[in-house]
Amino acid sequence: MKYFLDSLGWTVFWGVVLTLILYNVVKHALQ
Amino acid sequence: MMEFIQLGIGRWLHIAAGVMWIGLLYYFNFVQVPAMAAAGKDNTGAGITKHVAPRALFWFRWAAVVTWLAGALLLGKNFFNAFLFLNHAFYAIGVGAWLGTIMLFNVWVLIWPNQQKILGLVQATDEDKAKARRVAFLASRTNTLLSIPMLFFMAAAGHQGIFFG
Repeated sequence: MKYFLDSLGWTVFWGVVLTLILYNVVKHALQ
Repeated sequence: MMEFIQLGIGRWLHIAAGVMWIGLLYYFNFVQVPAMAAAGKDNTGAGITKHVAPRALFWFRWAAVVTWLAGALLLGKNFFNAFLFLNHAFYAIGVGAWLGTIMLFNVWVLIWPNQQKILGLVQATDEDKAKARRVAFLASRTNTLLSIPMLFFMAAAGHQGIFFG
């Protein structure tokens, strides 16, 4: 957590990953 | 009329203040942090520290408050439907609201108090400043990360049929 945030590229990458995870959680919950 | 104020003006204010908040967050992460790193090599960062950062932080932290309050106004009687996931129609905005709330917490509890030490607005030893710099930086980066799903769910909330249909 502490180290990957040092790179802005990784921050954006994990932001997209988190988006995909949360998207699938909500999509599943709404079915 | 009340609906116009809540859902019309409220939404406008939420978006305008949100643009200012997240715009400045991206300014810090994409512009100022790399600029300060470069300025550290030839000692030219004093102007940013003295004139730019305090002003940017002022608009940043108050825009965060206005964004959250306008968001709460917008949710109105559905505030708990969103935050407690009580109604399917509010699942998407509920995720956005939680992410925004965590980000507001980071601004006021982690970023601002530590920035006050870094900028010399409150007394701090060099050791305190080094620690404050790290905490403020990580909290700011975390908010940049969280802004990505936050914006996704904000956009998706008004169009659940397209995003989750």
